[in-house]
Amino acid sequence: MIDQPAPLATSPFNTSSPARLPKFRCRNVQAYYGKTRVLHGIDVDIPDQSVTALIGPSGCGKSTFLRVFNRMNDTIPNARVTGHVEMDGIDIYSDQIDPTVLRARVGMVFQKPNPFPKSIYDNVAYGPRIHGLADYAGELDDIVEHSLRRAALWDEVKDRLGEPGTSLSNGQQQRLVIARAIAIRPEVILMDEPASSLDPIATARLEQLIDELKQNYCILIVTHSMAQAARVSEHTGFFYQGALVEYGETNQIFTNPVDQRTQDYITGRTG
Amino acid sequence: MPMLLGGVYLFLIVMAFVFARTLAIMRFYVPGLGAETRPHSVPNFHAYFAAWTAGFFMLLMLALYRLFFAAVGSVTIPLILMALITALTCLMSFKLTQREFKARDYVEGFVQFALFLCSGVVILITFGIILSLLFESLRFFEKIPLTDFLTGLEWSPQIPIREDQIGEAGSFGVVPVLLGTGLITVFAMLIAVPIGLFIAIYLSEYAGRRRRRVIKPVIEILAGIPSVVYGFFALLTIGPMVQTGMAALGFDITAQSVVAVSIVMGVMIIPYISSLSDDVMSGVPQILRDGSYALGATPSETVKKIILPAAFPGLMAASLLGVSRALGETMIVALAASKAANLTFNPFEAVTTVTVQIVTLLTGDQELDSAKTLAAYALGLILFILTLLLNIIAISIVRGYNAKFHR
Ligand SMILES: Nc1ncnc2c1ncn2[C@@H]1O[C@H](COP(=O)(O)OP(=O)(O)OP(=O)(O)O)[C@@H](O)[C@H]1O
Ligand SMILES: [Mg+2]
Repeated sequence: MIDQPAPLATSPFNTSSPARLPKFRCRNVQAYYGKTRVLHGIDVDIPDQSVTALIGPSGCGKSTFLRVFNRMNDTIPNARVTGHVEMDGIDIYSDQIDPTVLRARVGMVFQKPNPFPKSIYDNVAYGPRIHGLADYAGELDDIVEHSLRRAALWDEVKDRLGEPGTSLSNGQQQRLVIARAIAIRPEVILMDEPASSLDPIATARLEQLIDELKQNYCILIVTHSMAQAARVSEHTGFFYQGALVEYGETNQIFTNPVDQRTQDYITGRTG
Repeated sequence: MPMLLGGVYLFLIVMAFVFARTLAIMRFYVPGLGAETRPHSVPNFHAYFAAWTAGFFMLLMLALYRLFFAAVGSVTIPLILMALITALTCLMSFKLTQREFKARDYVEGFVQFALFLCSGVVILITFGIILSLLFESLRFFEKIPLTDFLTGLEWSPQIPIREDQIGEAGSFGVVPVLLGTGLITVFAMLIAVPIGLFIAIYLSEYAGRRRRRVIKPVIEILAGIPSVVYGFFALLTIGPMVQTGMAALGFDITAQSVVAVSIVMGVMIIPYISSLSDDVMSGVPQILRDGSYALGATPSETVKKIILPAAFPGLMAASLLGVSRALGETMIVALAASKAANLTFNPFEAVTTVTVQIVTLLTGDQELDSAKTLAAYALGLILFILTLLLNIIAISIVRGYNAKFHR
């Protein structure tokens, strides 16, 4: 199924400089639900330590594409992904790759905050416990504190770590699940419309957080807000009906799009 | 005679209905017979209003007539009265069937009232049963002191009690009966809860849609087998099987052993627990599952750490429902358990249960006033209280948990 693409460097959207290798290389990535193809051969390189935004009208395949990177499509009945996806030069769809190990390296934040019905502490400690990340006594406490600090939530919850994660506000819950994701020290964070259930203040905080996190992580974010994509991302990809129509520097996409469909979408004439 | 009254009753209601409907159509819709504005209610509501009124008052009259003039026994008088009520209804309808009359609102009121009446009747019946349980039990406790009943270690009501010996202590001690019930229930749950839970985990987390669609109904067939079938299965197959199995190990046990009965009862309860638990676990939001998988958890870790805790109150409720089924189960134990009350904790001996004793006490010739008969009420009351307590515990577990984790 996976057809080996010959020249990896000839992607039309290869934006990474030779100095910095891309985090992901996608070649001819296709996704199916049953017999319906919803991604029609995506070729793209995703740079490391920066934010890449995926935009496009509803149903164009952004979420499906995002789930390609942590193989969450594997968990959906009927879903199938073909093509070639490399992370740091290694094919993540090869038989040697254990999806659970991959997902420990590629974290994900969902559209709706989904804290587990456990305490705040146990929410953040969930991943580290599963992957055995805490070696000495007290290390788990350190991981939890560090992750909550990174997610800019520590000060608000440090006195109530035993309370259920569901007792937090929506914006706090979203930061909690980000803390939960970074607690296993992933290299990549996938975010699927992370701000869609947040108010403007919480959204601003989230964007600030993304800005800080990108020093260390490769971040992919799906968003319906042009303004948000423009604010947080270095690169933007525009999806339309299962195809990656245009990909490039965010500045260029928003000021000088090449494709007419991109132009129409960002100016609000389609979508 | 009741047939005649019933027929006439229905006929008269239809009469009232047709009368009011025709009247309304003529007044509202036939040109020249009324004003030009739209009526508040369409003709059907005027008709329903008349029908409800006639039906209600005729029923009321019949009830009162039976109550006060039952001795007269005449059919003619009620018939005449019914006709009279219908005539009055039509007269009323003649006056009330106007454009502005709010027949629709009144009919809504009638419907509400009737629905309320239904639930009210059920509640009354429930209370009636509880009260009769209580009062008959009190009569029993006049003969046998409550403390003797609750603490007595010997249960042998079948021993003929002479007039002067009624109430002699030792005959009606409920402890061995309760212990027997508890023993069988515990062992049945030891089988039903784990197996039911594993089935539910497989169905909701592993089976996938297609296999689940096949397996779940098959398991639910178990729930459709009449318990009397389970009963003779326990009596004729499992009991002797356990007996010979233990004999091979050098133990001489009865065919009515707790183990044999509990195995069958456990199997009977499995589908209740698996089906309910599957519903509960499938109800755990998919985003929690996704969250766990996205952190690199395996399916079994997700089940253990996310699904089971999140579904815990529901699983608890399912298990407690299983317990109350086991407590109240009658046919299996009536056929396959002992009638004699043994005071024992040994699962390889025979014990009796509350339900078995109720059946035994009430079959055959009975004097309604004997301690033997009344004891059945006391046993029934105990069973009721136990089940009620279980329900209260289940509800409070669910409430407490919900208050903590689901806002
Ligand atoms: N589980 C599924 N089964 C079948 N089809 C699906 C499934 N999930 C998504 N699809 C289909 O795949 C296509 C792409 O869906 P996807 O969720 O990736 O779109 P999206 O760009 O994320 O849309 P939105 O902006 O609304 O979130 C849609 O046509 C959708 O109907
Ligand atoms: Mg989406």
